[in-house]
Amino acid sequence: MPVTLEIVSPAKLLLSREVDMVVVPSAEGDLAAQENHAPMIVLLRGGVITVYDGGKAGDQFFVAGGFAEITGDRCTVLADQAVPVAELSRDAARARLDDAEKGWENADKQDIAVRDAALDRLLSAREEVRLAG
Amino acid sequence: MPSLKDLRGRINSVKSTRKITSAMKMVAASKLRRAQAQAEAARPYAERMEAMLSRLAANVAGRPGAPRLLAGDGADRVHLIVAITGDRGLAGAFNSSIGRQTRNLVRRLLAEGKTVKILAVGRKGRDYLRRDFYDAMAGDMMFGGRRTIEFAQAQEIAERVSAMFDRREFDVATLIYNRFHSVISQIPTERQLIPLPPPATEGEGKGPGAMYEFEPDEETILNRLLPQNLAVQIYRAMLETNAGFYGAQMTAMDNATRNAGDMIKKLTLNYNRTRQANITKELIEIISGAEAV
Repeated sequence: MPVTLEIVSPAKLLLSREVDMVVVPSAEGDLAAQENHAPMIVLLRGGVITVYDGGKAGDQFFVAGGFAEITGDRCTVLADQAVPVAELSRDAARARLDDAEKGWENADKQDIAVRDAALDRLLSAREEVRLAG
Repeated sequence: MPSLKDLRGRINSVKSTRKITSAMKMVAASKLRRAQAQAEAARPYAERMEAMLSRLAANVAGRPGAPRLLAGDGADRVHLIVAITGDRGLAGAFNSSIGRQTRNLVRRLLAEGKTVKILAVGRKGRDYLRRDFYDAMAGDMMFGGRRTIEFAQAQEIAERVSAMFDRREFDVATLIYNRFHSVISQIPTERQLIPLPPPATEGEGKGPGAMYEFEPDEETILNRLLPQNLAVQIYRAMLETNAGFYGAQMTAMDNATRNAGDMIKKLTLNYNRTRQANITKELIEIISGAEAV
């Protein structure tokens, strides 16, 4: 029995289909969701969602952060921003990295919430640049 | 009795008005399609986020130390009203219905002895509300005539609202916007943003909700999810407003085109009657002149 994977960003529904397994970049390490996974709600870091069909890695999506809800037969990803890895643009990624670096430099490092948010953005942007090549 | 020349002038001016309104109708119709598609594309995210939030909230609600964005302070002295309208007019009662709804709400709250602050999104709403409640205006934001609405714009508004909330400038926030019901009907809708009203689907959400595991932990996720939810709600309202605006404009321009057509018909009839009357009068003059000879 496969897992129903849905990837949605504020702008649109990117993917909604049944897959054998999906690996999501949770904030504390990658997490694979297969059928009968224990129900979880996880925070995502910037990284890649990989879809597995029949034991082979298939579609890959970059997410800039967000949330995922995993239940026994579903995996719903609420991404802040999601793009198929093949469609990442190098220039857009660079621009985002520059923004994030500036944000990190200007962030108030004493305020933990602000610091963490800026750091997450920076790491997510670095990952995007790496993937965009 | 207007002269023939006057009538001709008026017919021509109404004809050019009709050209403009029918062109605006076409433009609104094509923009409506895009805006509607955008609004519909954003729906799945908002729905799933709401569902996830209600399951989370069921876990945390009632516990002390629940995030303020979720539960508030228990006070409801100062109200913030976020009114979303279009930037432009010529859309019938679209903008003024939001204005009226807001005004009624403000009057009601003031009568209850509450303090009211207004954040106007969209130029028309700002102009309308500033006239009546100048002292209550907490600020305004505009779409700046941009063609599409980006999530970043909604985030900007949401950040502003949550910054105000963090400074304890208000206790309750309400969003007023036009819900896009269909092309010809937009419904002014009030929606409470802060504190979050309890989810409607209480009975079903609670059972499995307790079984979720959280990573890193509920607090952290909730602290991220709540501001995001705020932005999403505002984003959704902005998209619905955008779609509704073009719908309303299309309907208004369709009416205007039809009215112009009616008017042209009436004026043309009048013109022809006057023309005939003039001819008849001249004929009578000639005939009676000839008879007199």
